[in-house]
Amino acid sequence: MNGLIGTKIGMTSIYDEQGKQIPCTVVLAEPNVVTQVKTEETDQYNAVQLATGSKKEKNTSKALQGHFAKANSSPKRKVVEFRDFDIPVNLGDTLTASDVFERGDFVNVIGVSKGKGFQGVVKRHGFRGVGDATHGQHNRLRAPGSIGAASYPARVFKGMRMAGRTGTDRVKIQNLEVVKIFPEKNLILIKGALPGHKGSYVIIEK
Amino acid sequence: MDNLIRYVENELLDDSRIPSFRAGDNVEVSYKIVEGSKERIQKFRGDVIKVEGEGKRKSFTVRKISGNVGVERVFPFSCPNVVEVKVLKYGKVRRSKLYYLRGRIGKKAKIKERKFIKK
Repeated sequence: MNGLIGTKIGMTSIYDEQGKQIPCTVVLAEPNVVTQVKTEETDQYNAVQLATGSKKEKNTSKALQGHFAKANSSPKRKVVEFRDFDIPVNLGDTLTASDVFERGDFVNVIGVSKGKGFQGVVKRHGFRGVGDATHGQHNRLRAPGSIGAASYPARVFKGMRMAGRTGTDRVKIQNLEVVKIFPEKNLILIKGALPGHKGSYVIIEK
Repeated sequence: MDNLIRYVENELLDDSRIPSFRAGDNVEVSYKIVEGSKERIQKFRGDVIKVEGEGKRKSFTVRKISGNVGVERVFPFSCPNVVEVKVLKYGKVRRSKLYYLRGRIGKKAKIKERKFIKK
């Protein structure tokens, strides 16, 4: 699986040949450095480790500093491994958007969704709440209702969907089209919305 | 980050087919309509009552009186379906947004023409 690490920049829209408006997300994929190449002989599986984003040397552990030095690279913030990379690469190579993707490709994008804080069950799990705001209904409009029976089993089952911290989940969105690539600015235009806030890292897989 | 979005928008923007005009001008807009597999050009003639926005979001609104009803249409400069804009008359107005025309009918809704007289 080929891929790159990028940062989500924001959304815009473009017009296609029919004059239809297409919502697009702009992703900045600065050249990724190959920091490790894993092979069957050395690691029992094939993979390529890519890294991007700058990081100060004083904030990098000695172990990681050595790891990056092997690839002749400065310390990087985000490191991701891609299994079974098809493009032949060597340690220390850099990959840009146009090396990996082309217009019309369908990609999967992985990101961390926006944090929503402590949310109730209506937002968090899509419960419907109580249908009526009137007719004697007092203060249970968005309440979860019953969470189980009484003396048997006398406990709440594990995994019962309840209120709690929402968002900041790892989310993968599949089959998004690459609409356009701007090689001179390392930008990729992807159709549709991507998980996460602006400036967050996204992993684009092909 | 915003300037990267603006860069993408400006790269894809092509409004060179649209001439320059301003509020008060009388224009005829030809725009493409797709009905199933058929395509045809429809024309909309009226007064420009506003030009707003910048870059990709730049748009103009054309107002005409059809029968007895005022009709307004908003056209984005960036939309490729706006095939052609012809400026027919230049208007003499003192506002950039001519919302006051919405409350007027008949002769009062007329815009004076700006004529270029050689001295």
